[in-house]
Amino acid sequence: MSLWKIAWRSIQQRALASTLTAVSMGLGVALVVAVLVVHTVVDRSFRRGGEGYDLIVGHKGGRLELVLNTVYYLSQPIGNIPESYRNDLLEGRVDPEILVETAIPICMGHSYRGFRVVGTVPELFEKLRYRDGQQYRFAQGENFKAENHFEGVIGATVARETRLKVGDRFKARHGVGEGAVDHAEEFTVVGILEHTGTPNDRALFVNMEGFFAIHSHASDGAGHDDEAHEQAVAGDRGEHHADDELAHDLHDHGPPSRSVTALLVCLDQSTPGITWRLEREINDGPVAQAVVPAGVIANLFEGIVGNVQLILLIMAVLIVVVAGLGVMVSIYNSMSDRRHEIAVMRALGASRLVVMLVILLESILLSLGGGLLGLLLGHGLIGALSPLILKHTGVAVGMLHFQTVELLLIPGLVILASAVGYLPALAAYRTDVARSLTSTP
Amino acid sequence: MLQLKDIKKSFTQPDGTELPILDIAEFNVAPAEQMVLVGRSGGGKTTLLHVIAGISRPDAGKVRIDDWEITLFSEAECDRFRAERIGYVFQTFNLLPGFSALENVLLAMRFTRGRPDKARARQLLERVGLGHRTTHKPTMLSVGEQQRVAVARALANQPKLLLADEPTANVDSGHQQQVLDLIRQTCAEEDVALVLVTHTPEVAGQFERVDHLEEINQVVTGT
Ligand SMILES: Nc1ncnc2c1ncn2[C@@H]1O[C@H](COP(=O)(O)OP(=O)(O)OP(=O)(O)O)[C@@H](O)[C@H]1O
Ligand SMILES: [Mg+2]
Repeated sequence: MSLWKIAWRSIQQRALASTLTAVSMGLGVALVVAVLVVHTVVDRSFRRGGEGYDLIVGHKGGRLELVLNTVYYLSQPIGNIPESYRNDLLEGRVDPEILVETAIPICMGHSYRGFRVVGTVPELFEKLRYRDGQQYRFAQGENFKAENHFEGVIGATVARETRLKVGDRFKARHGVGEGAVDHAEEFTVVGILEHTGTPNDRALFVNMEGFFAIHSHASDGAGHDDEAHEQAVAGDRGEHHADDELAHDLHDHGPPSRSVTALLVCLDQSTPGITWRLEREINDGPVAQAVVPAGVIANLFEGIVGNVQLILLIMAVLIVVVAGLGVMVSIYNSMSDRRHEIAVMRALGASRLVVMLVILLESILLSLGGGLLGLLLGHGLIGALSPLILKHTGVAVGMLHFQTVELLLIPGLVILASAVGYLPALAAYRTDVARSLTSTP
Repeated sequence: MLQLKDIKKSFTQPDGTELPILDIAEFNVAPAEQMVLVGRSGGGKTTLLHVIAGISRPDAGKVRIDDWEITLFSEAECDRFRAERIGYVFQTFNLLPGFSALENVLLAMRFTRGRPDKARARQLLERVGLGHRTTHKPTMLSVGEQQRVAVARALANQPKLLLADEPTANVDSGHQQQVLDLIRQTCAEEDVALVLVTHTPEVAGQFERVDHLEEINQVVTGT
């Protein structure tokens, strides 16, 4: 009969009290698991957005705004840059030594049933990768073609919520939110993207040519005050006139002075530090600003979300510690009933250290058992909620989504259990055998 | 096999004064001898058994069991010695309530150097007539049955000395004899010396050697 079994028996003997303390420990641990998972979910859904390209080039202004707008499709569209800047980059006019592999234009300012409509080029889905280098794939249909101006593809979430199918048509709404106006032109859905877990799941992508076409049309009609939209629609009449003229001078294809919200730029990374060099050069120039999305996203995450997560984690850990104190109180309270039992064990020849160890093991069993329960509970909960998490954040977490930090729970709980078990174990150690044997239990 | 020499034991009372309990010049038990110790309540019989078992240390004097002078042992050595060589049966509440009859016997084996021997544990329970109740918890056993398990447990490690402190006091008179016979029989079979404390004249009357504590103890206690 091992000491573990002896400890287990005394847990069994006080089944109700033991269960209650273990459950309170379990709830604390489940909370820690939940906070950790929320952390990953938020972290991943944040970081994923900006993966797949090296730089975002957009209107000079707030770096964060540019990232929020182009990566997360959040907040109102900011200013625009001339489309011609794309060719400046690609053809080495910004820095002849840097090979820009791709520069995908992104145009914003339209929506469809609350989802952003993004004007872009088919290369977005051909050249860019998402999340650890995965290629965009189409669940249905295929990518839109450059020559078909009124084609588009839609993200997985958009498809699910709007029930748009391949072959369906939709009208882009001018502006985002209140006071938006529908355009007469319709885009045809030719493809539905597979779920990516990125903000792209929540957007519709149309051929930039069609996007520009409805813009010029719309600006003839109803007057509206969406300045950013104006810029996207008709950059030639906006305050970026000078930029656009400059752009017009520099290249000779496409309608004069069209403008885009941002360029997603991929570089030939064979030279280290190239991203930072180009970023600096673009920022030093007069036309645009460049942002390395990963850096801004990391800052944003650590700055705001990270701190909240840390506080939540500390609170959850405190709850585990309080549950540990509950274990201590429970075992300590039982000590007066168990004096006699301990004395009997000592009379049978158990040493002081052995009876002390039995109490410590009891504390460890209760804490680890509770912890295991908490892990099961936490992960069961994650499993149950994962469809919901997927729907709302696009992050797939499974029931078996364990994190390495969780491994710390085991030694952590053992340390906690030993600490809280120490006081009752000391009482066992100090039991006066002769006196406890003669007193009836 | 058991020799006590000049044993003195006193307790400190709450008011700080010393209360002498034992002062025994000599007390010997031969190997496999069965003897009874009687005496006034509060006279110090239980205290004497504790001293013999190494549960309490005497203030002075020597306790020798076989060739070991246990009064020289460290506490841990005493514990180990007790586990391996001394069986102890108390008046009541001998058994650990969380453990079955068999587990109570195995538990005693746990604190020795050897490995718990399930076969011997079962065999002992059979010997005390409880072969069919090995999985029962103490609460499911009568007091008499509990005492029989306690006897089996006390003999688990093949001790050379069995100390029994009023083992039949809480057993009804019908079963009293049964428990007593069991203790005497098994002790005789296994060559175990027996020191049995009792208040019951019928029990004491069955032994050849009956020691009165008052006669060997030089402390005059109580009123
Ligand atoms: N730990 C202790 N501290 C102080 N006094 C004690 C302690 N243990 C026992 N005594 C006292 O020592 C005396 C002898 O006690 P003991 O239990 O040995 O008597 P006993 O002969 O076994 O009595 P009984 O027949 O009633 O069991 C009693 O007066 C008791 O109050
Ligand atoms: Mg007594």
